[in-house]
Amino acid sequence: MAFRNYILVCGGTACESSRSQQIFDNLKLEAEKQGVADEVQIVQTGCFGFCEQGPIVKILPEDSFYVKVAPEDAHELIAEHIIKGREVKRLLYDKEKAAKHAQVEDIKFYQKQFRIVLRNCGFIDPENINEYIARDGYAALEKALFEMTPEDIIEQLKIAGLRGRGGAGFPTWMKWNFSKNVESDIKYVVCNADEGDPGAYMDRSTLEGDPHSVLEAMTICGKAIGAHQGFIYIRAEYPLAIHRLEVAMAQSKELGLLGKDILGSGFDFDIEIRLGAGAFVCGEETALLQSIMGHRGMPVPRPPFPAVKGLWEKPTVINNVETWANIPVIIHKGGEWFSKIGDEDSHGTKVFALTGKICNSGLVEVPMGTTLREIVYDIGGGIAHGKKFKAVQTGGPSGGVITSENLDTPIDFGSLVKIGSMMGSGGMIVMDEDDCMVDVAKFYLNFTVDESCGKCMPCRIGGKTMLGILEKITDGKGTMKDLDTLTEIANTMRKASLCALGQTSPNPVMSTMKFFRDEYIAHIVDKKCPAGKCKKLISYVIDPAKCKGCTACARKCPVSCISGSLKQPHTIDQTKCIKCGTCIQTCKFGAISIQ
Amino acid sequence: MSVVHVKINGIPVEVEAGSSVLAAATAAGVKIPTLCYHEDIKPTASCGLCIVKMEGSPKIQRACASPVQEGASYITDDPELFQARKTVIELILSTHPADCLTCIRNQNCELQKLAADFGIREIPFDARVKRLPKDESSPSIILEPTKCIKCGRCVEVCQDLQGVYALEYVGRGDGSQMQPACNLPLNDSPCVKCGQCAAHCPVGAIYERDDTELVRQAINDPAKTVVVNIAPSVRVGIGEEFGMGDGALTVGKLYTGLRQLGFDKVFDTNFAADLTIMEEGSELVHRLTHGGVLPQLTSCCPAWTDYMEKYYPDMIPNFSSAKSPMQMQGPITKTYWAQKAGIDPATIVNVAVMPCTAKKFEIGRDENMSASGYKDTDISITTRELARMFKAKGIDLSVLPESDVDDPIGEYSGAGTIFGNTGGVMEAAIRTAYWAVTGKELEGVDVDAVRGPEGIKTATIKAGDLDLKVAIVSGLGNVKTVLEEVRKARAEGKEPPYHFIEVMACKGGCISGGGQPYASSTPNRAARTAGLYADDKRSAVRCSHQNPSIKKIYDEFLGAPLSEKSEELLHTKYHQRPIYQ
Repeated sequence: MAFRNYILVCGGTACESSRSQQIFDNLKLEAEKQGVADEVQIVQTGCFGFCEQGPIVKILPEDSFYVKVAPEDAHELIAEHIIKGREVKRLLYDKEKAAKHAQVEDIKFYQKQFRIVLRNCGFIDPENINEYIARDGYAALEKALFEMTPEDIIEQLKIAGLRGRGGAGFPTWMKWNFSKNVESDIKYVVCNADEGDPGAYMDRSTLEGDPHSVLEAMTICGKAIGAHQGFIYIRAEYPLAIHRLEVAMAQSKELGLLGKDILGSGFDFDIEIRLGAGAFVCGEETALLQSIMGHRGMPVPRPPFPAVKGLWEKPTVINNVETWANIPVIIHKGGEWFSKIGDEDSHGTKVFALTGKICNSGLVEVPMGTTLREIVYDIGGGIAHGKKFKAVQTGGPSGGVITSENLDTPIDFGSLVKIGSMMGSGGMIVMDEDDCMVDVAKFYLNFTVDESCGKCMPCRIGGKTMLGILEKITDGKGTMKDLDTLTEIANTMRKASLCALGQTSPNPVMSTMKFFRDEYIAHIVDKKCPAGKCKKLISYVIDPAKCKGCTACARKCPVSCISGSLKQPHTIDQTKCIKCGTCIQTCKFGAISIQ
Repeated sequence: MSVVHVKINGIPVEVEAGSSVLAAATAAGVKIPTLCYHEDIKPTASCGLCIVKMEGSPKIQRACASPVQEGASYITDDPELFQARKTVIELILSTHPADCLTCIRNQNCELQKLAADFGIREIPFDARVKRLPKDESSPSIILEPTKCIKCGRCVEVCQDLQGVYALEYVGRGDGSQMQPACNLPLNDSPCVKCGQCAAHCPVGAIYERDDTELVRQAINDPAKTVVVNIAPSVRVGIGEEFGMGDGALTVGKLYTGLRQLGFDKVFDTNFAADLTIMEEGSELVHRLTHGGVLPQLTSCCPAWTDYMEKYYPDMIPNFSSAKSPMQMQGPITKTYWAQKAGIDPATIVNVAVMPCTAKKFEIGRDENMSASGYKDTDISITTRELARMFKAKGIDLSVLPESDVDDPIGEYSGAGTIFGNTGGVMEAAIRTAYWAVTGKELEGVDVDAVRGPEGIKTATIKAGDLDLKVAIVSGLGNVKTVLEEVRKARAEGKEPPYHFIEVMACKGGCISGGGQPYASSTPNRAARTAGLYADDKRSAVRCSHQNPSIKKIYDEFLGAPLSEKSEELLHTKYHQRPIYQ
């Protein structure tokens, strides 16, 4: 049966938390009520990426892009758009130009993007395998099973030049080849879906929006290396992704695309889901494998590398979700095709979770080599509230800051390392003039100190000691010698820590110290926080010339530290002030400032 | 064996493929500083001190956990590595209490030694010592988490070497601890008190309960007759505390030293070891000839007994009912000897010196440990505690003259003394069982088939028409392999794979017990083992049944092995115990 209209409702976690499930239910109800249930197909898809504007509803074939939709809008969308054929202008993204420009391709957020990994997110119903198949899903598996040898598969990955998207960028074909070449009766394939960087949600969205791409890829890997069992290690905090994986696995088993004798090829491959308990370090591959085996999630020394001796001492290929999602496309379209996307250093695309002080936060996928400026300004729409750009943090708590002078650096594995950051898994946090870089360093270090497994002494003690020094500095008690001590500990942690968590956790500190040393010195020498963020170093002051004595601030102050008579300038008792900032938000006359 | 050729600081060396860089460095005569590494366990790779560089690789490796690569050239020391190591030590010290002077590990602490070697004079970081309560719940082992450096050795030892799983990694990051799961006190955990955690702890975070003050009080009480008996392994361990070399046999000097400490009588647990063989050997012969439950399992190791009661209660019928030598010596002291000496047993304080921390638990494990009507062994101290008592009294064991043990419960055979070695109980039993089964003495006496440091040994011994199949296990972690064989045969209704199994909880046997001087290492174990075999070799009497004092006690007091009197005083029962209290 053909439908007149298709309504795609975003079912990603971000939109779901803004009641997209209710939008979906209401649309179904309204279509029924208004008698068009047979004419429209309403589908819940994965993430559209444009999370800033969620919940998103797209209606085909007009390609109308509705944003910030509420469940109450369902009636109007059906009545106006579906029945009367008139777009609901107030809900369109670009309202002013809505008459002419309503389509997705006209939205700047999407213009510089190129979607391989997210190819199906926002297009298909992830809980319906037929929609995946309709968009070439499982064609790569069929090709791999019937037309390709294991060597052919690995050769295509080599030609493609795909490098691991989990952060380190190790060539994927080499990993596979190591495992393939080890003689072993049992081998394993593992998907690392233990995404944990603050602000990162690329893997979650991929799994929520297109779970079959990962299942297909893992099965192809099974064929390539001779494995018959896969594990998806996913954090329990991703219930929607887990649910969609479970649905996808059930459906692919039903169609003979997973399990025994896949597509009658005689090849068996099955996948089990293992839930992580929320430890960040379990994203580190050796800790992850320990956790799958039921042990405490602690890194173990490499070598032996998992590709040679992994789960239960057997060769194990472990790749990250985004890496997996690339593979069916590479096999289907060929390595050659993939190798032409991106730049010299890195091929293909990279998905970033663009967050922080940016106009358009969301999930973006760009060809490697796109510059940071294009991501921040063209896709991200620049800094929110007209503030000044300060820096971008890539690589999460293991990465470093990129400043305005490096905005034109192409984003690829090599270039980011050259400027002292790293690709990481794809978190990209934008900071503006209001962000204190010492505070930012403290935030990330606090995260890694909290998430350190505690096994390795340089990481466990070094990180905590560095954090103590940063706290001293933001409390105005730092000395210039502390900067040397920070460097000393950081160098030791980088050399002597066992796993990447410990080796890289000093990076945000070292990177901010390098690019924003003057801010550190301001905290230490002048006892000032230039961004006005560090509470111990700032005071809220009322300018008597501007204060009208309206008493609004005094009434709102939670600790009653503002005094003054009506129509007389007020004053703040600095000994009582908790620097919560309520007064500054309350004052209508701009009389309060941070000093 | 395939070999790999590498260079350590330019020194060419050939090592077995798969060896660690640390092993290669040792082979090249290069010492790399370590803290968490211990040869008995797989590397925890937690301290970060053994970092080395491999030429041509940007990555810094951990020597303990990195296998050597053919043709590679390693640099174990340069200014960068030195500085990183020094900073790591300083970081550790910043979280470690500087309680050295009052610490039980003063002068033999591995962290203290590193700090001394690196010439650390001040700690550049703010001290961040977390004072945590001690866990003194166990009769044997004290946990002092304040001093723990979280190297993970104890956990690996407890789980991997011993298979006990009493200690766990708990918490994470700065809050991580090595302790029983679920914040249980140690005594409510599966702990079997073997003390191997204490023997392997590099610092003073895990150690034996110190009972020396109780001994001093007893000695200083004129109303008490204080007697002592020393276990086999003590005589080859304690000399190390007095610079006498690994495994030095100190028995005559030890008797003198004990008298100087003020003990009224000095006996020897080896006498009771001979008695154990008479009882346990007779029990084995009885089981073999009367269709009893086989295999028979030895029961002289209290940690093993505790482990079996928790993890293998189905093996209770297989357990020899014979008590351990210490717990045979006790009731004999308070009955037979007390009567002979005309002393009221109520005034006797019986002290046992053991290589073992579990013995502190064993003396009070149940009412059978008071078979004499009094507590059979009043105090059990470890070799380390005795060494401290000597030192505090100014007794230098190395210069003492030798003296003899007191009669009539001190004389021992060579069979009694080898009880401290893995395979020793088995060998002693074989010597006597052979005689019991065949009526003839075993020729040559030495039973090489049951000797050696391996964790599991099996042998078949011909005794007349009987092929006696035996297995010997040391290290509790190895028990599972053998007992599963037994369980399997039992489940399948087959003949048991062995007739007699000896188990000692500690690697190498009691010579490497949890209460011995700190030295767990392959060469040290070999030296102590050799010390006991030397003691056996020099003995005039080498079989338990030939010990004149043993013959005498049966004639005068016990009647015969497994007699009613023997059963009452020298045998016990076992009960299933919950793994977690």
